[in-house]
Amino acid sequence: MKKVMMGNHALSYGAMLGRAQVIAAYPITPQTQVVELLSEMCADKTLDATFIKVESEHSAMAASIGASLAGARTFTATSAQGLALMHELLHWASGGRNPVVMGDINRSMAPGWSIWSDQNDSLSQRDTGWIQFYCANNQEVLDTVIQAFKVSEKLFIPSMVILDAFTLSHTYEVVDIPEQKKVDEFLPPFRPEIKLTPDDPHAFGGLTSPEHYFELRYKLQKDMEKVEALIEETGKEYEKMFGRYMGLAEEYRCDDADLIFITSGTMGSTAKVAVDELRKEGVKAGNLRMKVFRPFPFETVRNIAKKAKKIAVVDRNISYGHHGMFFQEVKSAVFGQNDGIPIFGFITGLGGRDITPSTFREIAQYAQERDEPEENIVWIGVKR
Amino acid sequence: MSKEKKMRLSLPEEELMNSGHVGCQGCGATLAMRYVLKALGKKVVLCIPACCWSVIDGPFPYSSLDVPIFHCAFETAAVSASGVKAGLEMVGDKETTVVAWAGDGGTFDIGIQALSGVAERNDDILYVCYDNEAYMNTGIQRSSATPYGAWTTTTPVKHYKNRPKKDIDAIMAAHRIPYIATASIGYPEDLFKKAKKAKEIKGTRFIHIYAPCPSGWKSRSEHTVKLARMVVQNGMFPVYEIEWGEKYTLNIKIKEKKPIIDYLKLQGRFRHLTDKEIALMQEEVYHKWKRLLECMNGNT
Repeated sequence: MKKVMMGNHALSYGAMLGRAQVIAAYPITPQTQVVELLSEMCADKTLDATFIKVESEHSAMAASIGASLAGARTFTATSAQGLALMHELLHWASGGRNPVVMGDINRSMAPGWSIWSDQNDSLSQRDTGWIQFYCANNQEVLDTVIQAFKVSEKLFIPSMVILDAFTLSHTYEVVDIPEQKKVDEFLPPFRPEIKLTPDDPHAFGGLTSPEHYFELRYKLQKDMEKVEALIEETGKEYEKMFGRYMGLAEEYRCDDADLIFITSGTMGSTAKVAVDELRKEGVKAGNLRMKVFRPFPFETVRNIAKKAKKIAVVDRNISYGHHGMFFQEVKSAVFGQNDGIPIFGFITGLGGRDITPSTFREIAQYAQERDEPEENIVWIGVKR
Repeated sequence: MSKEKKMRLSLPEEELMNSGHVGCQGCGATLAMRYVLKALGKKVVLCIPACCWSVIDGPFPYSSLDVPIFHCAFETAAVSASGVKAGLEMVGDKETTVVAWAGDGGTFDIGIQALSGVAERNDDILYVCYDNEAYMNTGIQRSSATPYGAWTTTTPVKHYKNRPKKDIDAIMAAHRIPYIATASIGYPEDLFKKAKKAKEIKGTRFIHIYAPCPSGWKSRSEHTVKLARMVVQNGMFPVYEIEWGEKYTLNIKIKEKKPIIDYLKLQGRFRHLTDKEIALMQEEVYHKWKRLLECMNGNT
């Protein structure tokens, strides 16, 4: 069935079709519609789930972890300050191997108060041990939630499904809602072997000496290393049933490209428009839209680096005192592989400033005019 | 045949807490756990945040309890329990009593927001606070449960705590939850009865247990039970129940309250107090008692 819906509702439908059993959430702009629709679904029994209307995001994640440990499929959603408030518990969820799936609407961090999009909220959580998916359209949001449950529950690693504030969260698009029966076939119920139950008492997360802690973290990383292949495998299975493939990244006109943009989120689709325009003018541009940031798809990026003459990484985020965060990752992926290739790092669109095709034209022009970047951060659209 | 009088046990013999735990000598919190588990039985899940009990149970991969434990984040005991309860119900277990088991710091201070949220929603959990009146696990720092006059490592004798203990039970009563009880490890039968009663109630239940700490109070380990009885007998820690935030019942009635000085003298943490300061504290006990009696008479 096709339905016109906003990005936030695509998250709700994903959680519903995934048959989330416990939802714990707290409202924050621009996430509210996610939980509004889910509470309606719980109230009218479209979704058989318990919705805990907690008093903070910190408690939202705490309750989610508890429910997941008890063996229930668990979903929550938040944004910006809410995600930051959860920080401690993001470590708890991954460290405790609780496969919670969470929607995050990319919103800039205060101060000053901003409700508009950038990626600093989610990227600040990059070392918390969560899988991070970045979406570019509402269909992808819905499809990703369902697949995220499957990936997370197989490896017991939590997932974040991320979409831009307003440009996606509040944008209405046509979304194909898969049949529940088929989704059930794709995503069987969550049945963890070890869980919190009096029938088989264990102590979870107790004091862990240096004798054991190291190995637990080693195991988390080893399982994180399996995620890429699992996303691809899960994506193929999903494609077979529903005709749409998720994967790690989307390549657009990269094969013969001289200049390849590396983007994420909705600006990835804006970049495609710019690529078409530039090509019409004789500039051989291409775009690699990263769908997954953690684990970082090193091979995907290395392959792109082999194709291009120049790479332009576009970051809607910044690591103060360093560079854009995708830029850092791309450089570390390519280092020692194809060191000759110039990699330009652009920062744009912070605090929700629009990223348009002309942003990419400016980026392309800068990169074309130089053999290599003059500075580590090239600011686009900032008033100086 | 001799006519020996058979001793009758006032508590069940079965133990769900085993030897091998790492509590200090004379730890009141271990007794609290032992008695409460006797009342609740095996169908229990414990959510334990950072507190003495997160250590007492024993390090990974050991546990001294026969019930499962979720070691949760410091400020999340109450809501972790809500999450566990919701999760268990959704996977078909509607019987298990989910218990948040936290110290006074995790309850009065850092955990109060989550606890208030749970209580306001009346989530179906039992919250137990064992109160040793300071952050004992980190080495005796003051909490908002530390009583007036007490020394701790962050309230040195020259600057002892000059604010009264936070009235957590009144705060919980203001949430109009079905059941609140105070209890002391010095009165095991009373504590046992309350835990048993709480188990049968649906909604948020809160039991506040007085649990002396010889290491933190600078008291002798053999005085733990004695102190836990004295504090009730002198009126400093009245033992009572509150139903739906309004109906107060005094469970251990005291005909004549003993002076608090004998109780204070057994603890190094009060050693610095002058007679004048002790007199002030004594006045405060009378005042609080009067206030409690007013609540008993429906004058909340």
